[in-house]
Amino acid sequence: MSDNNRQQTIVDEARCFADDYLRPRAGNFDREERLPKEIIDEMARRKYLLPSLPEAFGGLGLNPVFYGLFTEEIGKACCSTRGLITVQCSLIGESLLKWGSKEQKLNWLSAISAGEKIGAFAITEPDVGTDARGVQTIYQKKGNEYLINGRKKWISFAEIADFFVVIAAFGSEISAFMVERDRAGITILPQKGLLANRASHIAEIEFQNVRIPVKNIIARPGSGFSFVAGTALDHGRYSIAWAGVAIAQEALDCMARYALRRNQFGRKIAEFQLVQRMIGRAVANTHAARALCLKVGEMRIRNEKDSAAETSIAKYFTSKVAMEVSTDAVQVHGGNGCGNSYPVERLFRESKVLEIIEGTSQIQQQIIAKYGLRKYGKPLKSNKNC
Amino acid sequence: MSPTEKVRDFLVSNLVTFEDDLKLHDDDNFFELGFVDSSFAMQLVSFVEEEFNLTVTNEDLDLANFSTIKRIVQFIEKKKS
Repeated sequence: MSDNNRQQTIVDEARCFADDYLRPRAGNFDREERLPKEIIDEMARRKYLLPSLPEAFGGLGLNPVFYGLFTEEIGKACCSTRGLITVQCSLIGESLLKWGSKEQKLNWLSAISAGEKIGAFAITEPDVGTDARGVQTIYQKKGNEYLINGRKKWISFAEIADFFVVIAAFGSEISAFMVERDRAGITILPQKGLLANRASHIAEIEFQNVRIPVKNIIARPGSGFSFVAGTALDHGRYSIAWAGVAIAQEALDCMARYALRRNQFGRKIAEFQLVQRMIGRAVANTHAARALCLKVGEMRIRNEKDSAAETSIAKYFTSKVAMEVSTDAVQVHGGNGCGNSYPVERLFRESKVLEIIEGTSQIQQQIIAKYGLRKYGKPLKSNKNC
Repeated sequence: MSPTEKVRDFLVSNLVTFEDDLKLHDDDNFFELGFVDSSFAMQLVSFVEEEFNLTVTNEDLDLANFSTIKRIVQFIEKKKS
């Protein structure tokens, strides 16, 4: 079997897992605001928690394209389950793989893969969102320990996490630390009543004089923002780009199925041209979103220098498409789209979040504009060969 | 192209600036000049690894190694030696 065939088989199996385990229960996960442990255990058994990491570190060795397709299959069925993979694999797994010590990789990656330890990536704070360089959580070195004080908010899976990757500052120096949940001085405050990601166990974390050994720093002092968080957020944006494709495709599937079965005025509503307009636009935009992500995936396989900027473009575009398609899916469902008997209201709520997390659409637009100005704004040169 | 020219070429194409004809000296600290965004350091590491066929490890992660053209070229030469 070729490696591409092996990876495609994993994606196909993920689709079956999503159909059997996730889609029928995703509405319940959302209503109960929890992702059951048996789902996480089953994902660990299948090695779904670190799918893009090498097999030597407990992963499935999926390249960026197949990791994207895998993310789409899981994300179509359940946004919170996809979020678990985004956090464990794209944020924590990829940044530890790149910058963790040998000991950190051996200990933590194998524990995540086995489902023995769930992690949370703690960067956002009550007063610090997009301006992540301004984190107010602070650290101080005291002998062979670091002392951490501060508060993090909107941290996915913090409620159930066994450890946190914490971004903290010492003056202008920003560093990243592995902090085990059972250390003294840590308080977890679950956040409920959220618009979306309700089964993602989002919580606030308070650190009061939390002591950690110096070996828990990731990479070197001062590398927490530019390198560790930079790596995590780049991989996170790629994952969220595919999350947008996933929601758009799921909303489109729901919209098309409903339009072919719902009758009004003695005809299927799919026969009405204004409904077809919404479906036509959804098909074109969803296909375009996936094509963009596939192109970025190929660029990431080749480690092309523009792949980070192109990832921002994909994240910006697919989150916008997910919002548009899920809005139209609710519209096609009419009154039925406004209640939780149908999944489109959940998809509508989940898609809004994609325009905010891993860099808001407004920040992405700024990144994309500057990239475009650099790429396309060069002065014209006379070419004697033309 | 020499390593210095390759690094300069990458920086001039990727730094965040509205100047049409950016003049970057070998000792200019582009982090201090504010010409970078949140993903720049990671892009720079990827470029150095890919272009010069080396691996940047966690022990190399001193921002000073990546802050000027001169420092980057020194870092590359040290890793290659």
